[in-house]
Amino acid sequence: MATLEIRDLHVTVEADNATKEILKGVDLTVKQGETHAIMGPNGSGKSTLAYSLAGHPKYTITGGTVTLDGEDVLEMSVDERARAGLFLAMQYPVEVPGVSVSNFLRTSATAVRGEAPKLRHWVKEVRETMERLNMDPSFAERNVNEGFSGGEKKRHEILQLELLKPKIAILDETDSGLDVDALRVVSEGVNRVRETGEVGTLLITHYTRILRYIKPDHVHVFAGGRIAESGGAELADKLEAEGYEAYTKGGASE
Amino acid sequence: MAEAQNIPVGSTTAGQIAVAAESTVATRMSAPASFDVADFPVPHGREEEWRFTPLERLRGLHDGTAAATGDGVKVDIDAPEGVVVETVGRDDARIGRAGAPVDRVAAQAYSAFEKAGVLTVPKETVLTEPIRIAVHGEGGTAYAHQVVELGAFAEAVVVIDHTGDAVLAANVDYVLGDGAKLTVVSVQDWDDKAVHVGQHNALVGRDATFKSFVVTFGGDLVRLHPRVAYAGPGGEAELFGLYFTDQGQHQEHRLLVDHNIPHCKSNVVYKGALQGDDAHAVWIGDVLIEAAAEGTDTYEMNRNLVLTDGARVDSVPNLEIETGEIVGAGHASATGRFDDEQLFYLMARGIPEIDARRLVVRGFFAELVQQIGVADIEERLIAKIEEELEASVG
Repeated sequence: MATLEIRDLHVTVEADNATKEILKGVDLTVKQGETHAIMGPNGSGKSTLAYSLAGHPKYTITGGTVTLDGEDVLEMSVDERARAGLFLAMQYPVEVPGVSVSNFLRTSATAVRGEAPKLRHWVKEVRETMERLNMDPSFAERNVNEGFSGGEKKRHEILQLELLKPKIAILDETDSGLDVDALRVVSEGVNRVRETGEVGTLLITHYTRILRYIKPDHVHVFAGGRIAESGGAELADKLEAEGYEAYTKGGASE
Repeated sequence: MAEAQNIPVGSTTAGQIAVAAESTVATRMSAPASFDVADFPVPHGREEEWRFTPLERLRGLHDGTAAATGDGVKVDIDAPEGVVVETVGRDDARIGRAGAPVDRVAAQAYSAFEKAGVLTVPKETVLTEPIRIAVHGEGGTAYAHQVVELGAFAEAVVVIDHTGDAVLAANVDYVLGDGAKLTVVSVQDWDDKAVHVGQHNALVGRDATFKSFVVTFGGDLVRLHPRVAYAGPGGEAELFGLYFTDQGQHQEHRLLVDHNIPHCKSNVVYKGALQGDDAHAVWIGDVLIEAAAEGTDTYEMNRNLVLTDGARVDSVPNLEIETGEIVGAGHASATGRFDDEQLFYLMARGIPEIDARRLVVRGFFAELVQQIGVADIEERLIAKIEEELEASVG
């Protein structure tokens, strides 16, 4: 069973000619089949955790370990992490002009699966997945994220999630900027992947709204660069009622 | 209809549409067109038409100090049956009909060549195989002139392939008879040290179609002037260009489409990728719609993709309109960069860095490459693009 283990992770970022510590000792274990929600106020370091796990060059790991099934994730390049089974659905997916969605998806699937998918099966697989996400077939011919609406970008991220079938999926504020209909469609996509029981999900969100559609097994409150409290789904209800104030008082808001 | 956008990463993009009686295309040149090199002062580098060009790297082509050597270039012509291949003297009436030199180096080439090549595709002759002109640099300095003439309703594809090392100033005239169809592919696949300056003049006959691909990969300095004018109404010109400018290279394409005749069309698309320190691409796109040219339909576009830091693009589309009675006129220029965020995004989907770059650059050039229609050239271009990318990552 695939397991992502994060131990005492410390991460810094360079900003304004100064080194700033954003993650201050994160401990978390995500197993295949589990869904963990990470909730926290803006600036708590949630997205830093997501991008550090994926290997974004902006972040420097200064301490701790991350392993996937015992393999050292931090030693891997960005593409190696993806091929090892990590997937990050991004909050702000970037435009890649000149590269069509269909070409991108096929190149990505070929890299992650280790061989080019058989064309006929692949075309069908993509078409059916797109249909379930209410995506028009013409979408495949557009350039990656170019001119996409906020909702289209998120659907495109979940389309990749469904096609790449990672061991661990990190969803970075996938719910932000979505209207209720889009949120439902996107959540259904995430749930289809979860229902296979083969993915561990790390759902990063600011709001509890998405948890009505995607039920977490564990909820963690992220504050001040580490996990401040962990609990079951009931912790989300408490946050819904009380907000993050209890965790941000005392000025420890980074 | 103008669109000009720019992402400023070591790049400049300027664009303008002028609606004026006074031609700025003409006034931007420091001297009127002429066949005589003496009519052009030696450029000092601040002239509008020279300001982007590193004169010190022209190896004397601009100031009269570059004497032709015996071992300049070797030219091999492979022409299918039906084509008349001639080498003629300077006084042949067919030379220079498509247009006069517009700068000192083009005039120098015109004043200095000893024999010119003339290829004639007689009227109504439709070639099924390309005419291939292999120009191989042998390390010396050369001046040359080539004429390609198509009779009425003739159809031909001409591939001019430049390889090796040379200092070359050479002009090419394309003269298209009524209803003729000519596709020209000029490949600049020079070795690293080569210098190549030239003016390509096309005179497009009534209802004739001229399609040009200018593909520049190599050389230390390449500066080309593809120019089009029309001899009768109904003419169409499509000017496509593709360049891959590497570290230290200067590649400059200065186009002019002169809509001097009513009811003609032009479409210009040039795309370039740049990588490495001091890679410098210059694109000047002048389109002039003269007062008489009612019913003109024209569009020009330049796109640049900057792959690394340290590269520079100067892109200047310029559209001058002297009559409002036209079908359409527009231009666009954009310089974007392949940045770390795009790379991260693609790599985060399992795609290795080299493949990510390949994906982006291939996608960028694909629409142009596919239009060439000469299979071996298309394959070679794709292979060449791959090679350039390997070099950059390795």
